[in-house]
Amino acid sequence: METLAALAGGFAVALTPVNLLWALLGVTLGTAIGVLPGLGPALTIALLLPITYKVDATGAFILFAGIYYGAMYGGSTTSILLNTPGESATIITALEGNRMARQGRGGAALCTAAIGSFVAGTIATIGITFVAPAVVEFALKFGPAEYFSLMVLAFVTVSAVLGNSAIRGLTSLFFGIWLGLIGVDLQTGQPRFTFGVPELLDGINVIVVAVGLFAVGETLWLAARHRYGQDEIIPVKDSIWMSREDWARSWKAWIRGALIGFPIGAMPAGGAEVPTFLSYYTEKKLSRRPEEFGHGAIEGVAGPEAANNASAAGVLVPMLSLGLPTSATAAIMLSAFQSYGINPGPLLLQNQPELVWGLIASLYVGNVILLVLNLPMVGLWVRILQIPTPLLYGGILVFATIGTYGISRSPIDLVLLYLIGGVGYLMRRFDFPAAPAIIGMILGPLAEQEFRRAMTISQGDPSIFLTKPLSLTLLLFAAAALLGPHIYRAAARSRKRA
Amino acid sequence: MRPAKSELLLAVGVVTLALVVAYGTTEIPVSPLYSKIGPTVFPYMVVVGLALLGLALLVAALRGGWTQGDDEAHMPPDFRALGWLLAGLLLNVALISFLGFVIASILLFTCVARAFGSTRVGRDALIGAILALVTYLGFDRVLGFSIGAGILEGII
Repeated sequence: METLAALAGGFAVALTPVNLLWALLGVTLGTAIGVLPGLGPALTIALLLPITYKVDATGAFILFAGIYYGAMYGGSTTSILLNTPGESATIITALEGNRMARQGRGGAALCTAAIGSFVAGTIATIGITFVAPAVVEFALKFGPAEYFSLMVLAFVTVSAVLGNSAIRGLTSLFFGIWLGLIGVDLQTGQPRFTFGVPELLDGINVIVVAVGLFAVGETLWLAARHRYGQDEIIPVKDSIWMSREDWARSWKAWIRGALIGFPIGAMPAGGAEVPTFLSYYTEKKLSRRPEEFGHGAIEGVAGPEAANNASAAGVLVPMLSLGLPTSATAAIMLSAFQSYGINPGPLLLQNQPELVWGLIASLYVGNVILLVLNLPMVGLWVRILQIPTPLLYGGILVFATIGTYGISRSPIDLVLLYLIGGVGYLMRRFDFPAAPAIIGMILGPLAEQEFRRAMTISQGDPSIFLTKPLSLTLLLFAAAALLGPHIYRAAARSRKRA
Repeated sequence: MRPAKSELLLAVGVVTLALVVAYGTTEIPVSPLYSKIGPTVFPYMVVVGLALLGLALLVAALRGGWTQGDDEAHMPPDFRALGWLLAGLLLNVALISFLGFVIASILLFTCVARAFGSTRVGRDALIGAILALVTYLGFDRVLGFSIGAGILEGII
């Protein structure tokens, strides 16, 4: 009951005209950048971080959350009509949805994706409403040692478990942690890794890193690979609506997808790929027509799309209740909290109830706006896809420049931006994931802080991380996540030999 | 399997980064008050991590690397396109303080469009100009962020 009263208060915040406008702006912008290949919510929110100096926290977070939700809706349009999944979480949608579009069922695919996203987004938002306060209750018992171990667990899962290679993911993570350490050490006032450059004393801005890796690196890569031929956009021939049969086949898949996606997203591990694949195989198993999968089965769009949305919403649970970002976008939102001087974590809900509940209520509102924006206006979004690539990337780099130069008006930041862009290019070339670097950069300094606090409490005895039961459990989970697959593989190999 | 040359270079790069971070860590002044958990403990953990990962990458590279199945990664890069892009970025960084954001952005936009195969320089410059002016006005006049002065910025 307490939760519902708080939520009602949140709606009072979210439904003020100004905040409704922020939500509308956010979801519109989010859908547009979701539709455009090469732009993601992490990059967009990073470029908009400067508004945190001008806009109140509630408005800014409603905007950011709208972008986050909108980008997921927009991304499905691109995967269905263009077959170029913008991110790994939409691979399945691209697989099944693009087949449907080729069979002239693009309208039905877009419809099931949009309504599925709405259903899943709403279920997941209900999940956030009730799970986040429960996690807070639990997290209030955490001391510095527990926090540090929890962060270690998140580090391991986001970089080693998700993605193609633990070694490359962890390299990206450590690179990010190092970037995060650059600047004056807040506890002792000593400069670290500034190499005599005074501009580095304040640390490297996360905008520079996110924009460098995602915008500059990506642009360099695409230009160098000649990957800029216009892809074929499949026209939508049927009506944007579903037949009775489509509904019957979709609704269960939406709900199952949401129930798979939300818990996985809400775990301190994150990752949207796993739930989409799980949902796809579940639907294939349960379907009466498994032979249609791979040739345009509507459940294969409905389920994974719902799972993707629900898990992305689930990521907000550890982010709001623990201050633990498990995706690049969440990490950048965390740095927005920091620029307001707000520390996300268990106390956030007590200290900033208006902000948190207003944000959660705005997610409900945003979902409704997105449904309205996406179904009737899909033709408009498709037109965005027709922007010629040279102009699109020219625009991206101009915005990247303002986002970076605008914060400090120092060419040093531009030089850094291009250097990190070069690193981003290499990471693309050698298949290193970029998200762990962003998460490491934001979460690394926080982990260090907790580490030093814990060590101060234990008077320098590192066994504190192993003697506290909860901390030990978290570390064991982390070790299992890191080593488990290797042990499993080695065991399988020796069994084969025997 | 034959060692993969490009992966080998990258692995050496990661090991070098570990050395740079190690050197940087030794340069951090440590006050004796913080001898136990001072500002260098965490950086040393990063050094160890990066060094171990760099060595693991080195081993992987010597065993043939990890991108041999990825044809896109092995395509020779289009140096003409990269050249235009780099030219745009360098012009931008060199000129933004003197000529202002708008002119630097027009040059950047035109060079990037060229890198992506556009040959209509006049059109690109015009679109770049509109884009740069709109964003400049949006940031400077509406939001009140100063993004620097310049020739065109002084006129409007």
